[in-house]
Amino acid sequence: MPRVNYEAPTSVDDAVKILAGASGLAKVMSGGTDLLVQLRSGRVKPDLIVDTKRIPGLIGIREEGDFFVVGAATPGVMLSGNEKLDHAWPGIVEGADLIGSTQIQGRASLAGNLCNASPAADSVPAVIAARAAVVVAGPNGTREVPAESIPTGPGRTSLAKGEFIVAFKIPKPKPHQCDAYLRFIPRTEMDIAVVGCGTNVTLDASGTCIDARVVLGAVAPTIVVVEDAAKALIGHKLDDATLAALDAAAQKACKPISDKRGTIEYRTKVAGVLARRTAAIAFERAAAR
Amino acid sequence: MSKHHVTTTINGEPTEYLCEGQQTMLDVLRDELGLTGSKEGCSSGDCGACTIIVDGDIVCSCLMLGVEAEGRKITTIEGVAEGDKLHPVQQKFLEHAALQCGFCTPGFIVAAKALLDQNPNPTEEEARYWLAGNLCRCTGYDKILRAVMDAAEVMRAEARR
Repeated sequence: MPRVNYEAPTSVDDAVKILAGASGLAKVMSGGTDLLVQLRSGRVKPDLIVDTKRIPGLIGIREEGDFFVVGAATPGVMLSGNEKLDHAWPGIVEGADLIGSTQIQGRASLAGNLCNASPAADSVPAVIAARAAVVVAGPNGTREVPAESIPTGPGRTSLAKGEFIVAFKIPKPKPHQCDAYLRFIPRTEMDIAVVGCGTNVTLDASGTCIDARVVLGAVAPTIVVVEDAAKALIGHKLDDATLAALDAAAQKACKPISDKRGTIEYRTKVAGVLARRTAAIAFERAAAR
Repeated sequence: MSKHHVTTTINGEPTEYLCEGQQTMLDVLRDELGLTGSKEGCSSGDCGACTIIVDGDIVCSCLMLGVEAEGRKITTIEGVAEGDKLHPVQQKFLEHAALQCGFCTPGFIVAAKALLDQNPNPTEEEARYWLAGNLCRCTGYDKILRAVMDAAEVMRAEARR
């Protein structure tokens, strides 16, 4: 492999300084499960890798008031091992846990998955459905933005030079609020989503939906927040008419490509199916709490 | 571009080495330290032949930089047996003939050892999912699963004694 410089700063300020001052291409590394593959294949040719894992707080999950704060480089194995987060947002944990093998789970992180900016990223739809924010550090200080504002297209992000994600702030669920994530792959493990769907619903005491977010993956150049699918749920119980409206709204939001994983027609149909199935799971979970 | 000086622990031994930024942990193990048990299969994290244990979790050493090992505790296939005494997973791989060409075997054994360290009584389904990141093109997996489940039983019996 071509020679690359490596830095492992131990503070956010040092990391920002190193990234902002880098000549040539600097890449931020958390778990490295995408970066090192791209480095070896020659798809990216960084001059510098900045490893964020030595910065305090970048690995770990803590509670701050009404939020879970998940360090940007926290590996999947720590997400699925966190009972409080798993209980609060089973969909987020399921999505992250679907990424790769046990070995990949030992390294892969939410920030890496978001910033790799694949529309098929499994951990992203449920995170966005939960209205998570990301804390971005940079030369002008830190800013908080919605997670969905980071990926702008396949492999591209809105992060400026010198910026990187420090943490995810995920709001804790309200009463009768829960989520679900499903992806479709043609086998049972170790594959990339043909379609993914994260759905987050809040119900009232009677089981009527009062708030919802439906987020699709792998059906457009970026993850898609489907406003019309949320509208199809809000104000309704989960009856056949609601499910049909949800299915139609999800299908209408799709702008997929045809590739080896699935055709445009197939992806579009599966998006409707996964919207219905995730809604059913999320409603059931929300009603039970 | 200067090399990085890394101080780490590999198979219980304090270890120091020099490596370049882009060298993977697998490169360091094989090329710098002569620990050639970990294999390079795909170099993209798909096959699991390079599996090692880092601070208790399994990772693909092809997807970790050598310089990241600073201060960590690493176990490779060379550290699984205790001297001449094979680990139960190794013993059962032999008894069940859970290998043919053997290339994937170190990765399977390290991954299976880590599973049984964390979960001494896995279901077959749990073991299959745990090992989904280890590919074998010879055995069809059946003998591997039998060896792992049998080793789990042996280890549970040893723990009861």
